[in-house]
Amino acid sequence: MNSTIHISEQKEQVEKQVWEILGEVTDPEVPVLTVLDLGIVREVKINGNALHGWSLEIVITPTYTGCPAMDMISMNIRFALLQEGFTNIKITQTLSPVWTTDWMSESGKKKLKVYGIAPPHYSQAVCTPDAFQQEEAIQCPRCDSFNTRLVSQFGSTACKALYQCVDCKEPFDYFKCH
Amino acid sequence: MKNQSLIDYTLHLADNALIIGHRNSEWCGHGPILEQDIAISNIALDLIGQARNLYQYAAELKGDHATEDSLAYLRDGWDFKNLLITELPNGDWAQTILRQFFFSTYQYFLYQQLQHSKDERLAAIAAKALKEVTYHLRWSSEWVIRLGDGTDESKQRMEKAVEELYAFTGEMFLPTDYEKELATNGISVGPESLKEKWTDKVRSVFEEATLASPFKENNSAWMQSGGKEGKHTEHLGFVLAEMQFLQRAYPGAEW
Ligand SMILES: [Zn+2]
Repeated sequence: MNSTIHISEQKEQVEKQVWEILGEVTDPEVPVLTVLDLGIVREVKINGNALHGWSLEIVITPTYTGCPAMDMISMNIRFALLQEGFTNIKITQTLSPVWTTDWMSESGKKKLKVYGIAPPHYSQAVCTPDAFQQEEAIQCPRCDSFNTRLVSQFGSTACKALYQCVDCKEPFDYFKCH
Repeated sequence: MKNQSLIDYTLHLADNALIIGHRNSEWCGHGPILEQDIAISNIALDLIGQARNLYQYAAELKGDHATEDSLAYLRDGWDFKNLLITELPNGDWAQTILRQFFFSTYQYFLYQQLQHSKDERLAAIAAKALKEVTYHLRWSSEWVIRLGDGTDESKQRMEKAVEELYAFTGEMFLPTDYEKELATNGISVGPESLKEKWTDKVRSVFEEATLASPFKENNSAWMQSGGKEGKHTEHLGFVLAEMQFLQRAYPGAEW
């Protein structure tokens, strides 16, 4: 009985440590965000014990189907865990439920803005295929003006759209709602 | 037990995404302006991503050491089950845009239903891709309208594109045996059920684009078909020759 409690306490500690490590792994394309900020880590499963070693399974989900960063993110997660002494690591991908920008952390949104990328809107205004819709005013990350215009729905990566500020003229990426 | 129809259907969906994705990728570095070059390359990336998910699933179903790569790079033309419209040459920007619009409209309504498939894996892939396809459809609709209702030249080019492509749209709604079998089990979408929605969407975008409706009375227009069953135009061979060259010449090459 006691040893069971002991193991579950140890497990909890390991889990806490794993989440802390994951909180240091950043996205290769938007290096200001961690994988936790992005909300792509869906689950951490821990098995084993302190004596025989822990085995970890990290379940991640892609932001976009064709996101080329996913393989690198998996690798970075593996390296970060290896560095902290975990050797038995499995990283699996799930598609369901579908990733959404709603899972992005508040601190992530703030970091994005400071980095010069407009963070996704709180509520997705535009999610139908109808032509020529405009997202509600997107704020310029440089001068905070809402007087901005969409240049292209597709920006430097699949997850971003291209905008320009009408006031300060800054062109900027908008992390589009998904 | 292997379910050959499910393998065929998954390959059909994968081949569609791969071949049109590859065609779109031919625009990379050649787009009319930088932003649209980026847009079509992004769409290519989404589609090739969809193809990967589907090939991975097909490879698991198939077994026998099949992988996503062997399915994409080592099958011959007659094994491919993509719609003919996806393999046609890009033509000019109008033709590429119109093909994407026809295809995205089809894929949008298809995935809308496929996300409720009794096959969980196909449902998950479709639900994931649907969000992306929504962007593809919006983008391509806007371009059809912009060009159709643009200058004399852009309108003329759109009209020519309609002439080139319309005869390749009928195949989307012709069910194959593998689709019929799976539809009765709630796994595939019966493609004939998509026709009405597809037609309505095309009609409304064409109206906004001031383009003449391509629809003939009583659906009497003659349509090309065969791709879904491995009978292709000569164009697929050229796509595969370029796409598969490296893996055929240097088997297993990685970088
Ligand atoms: Zn500004």
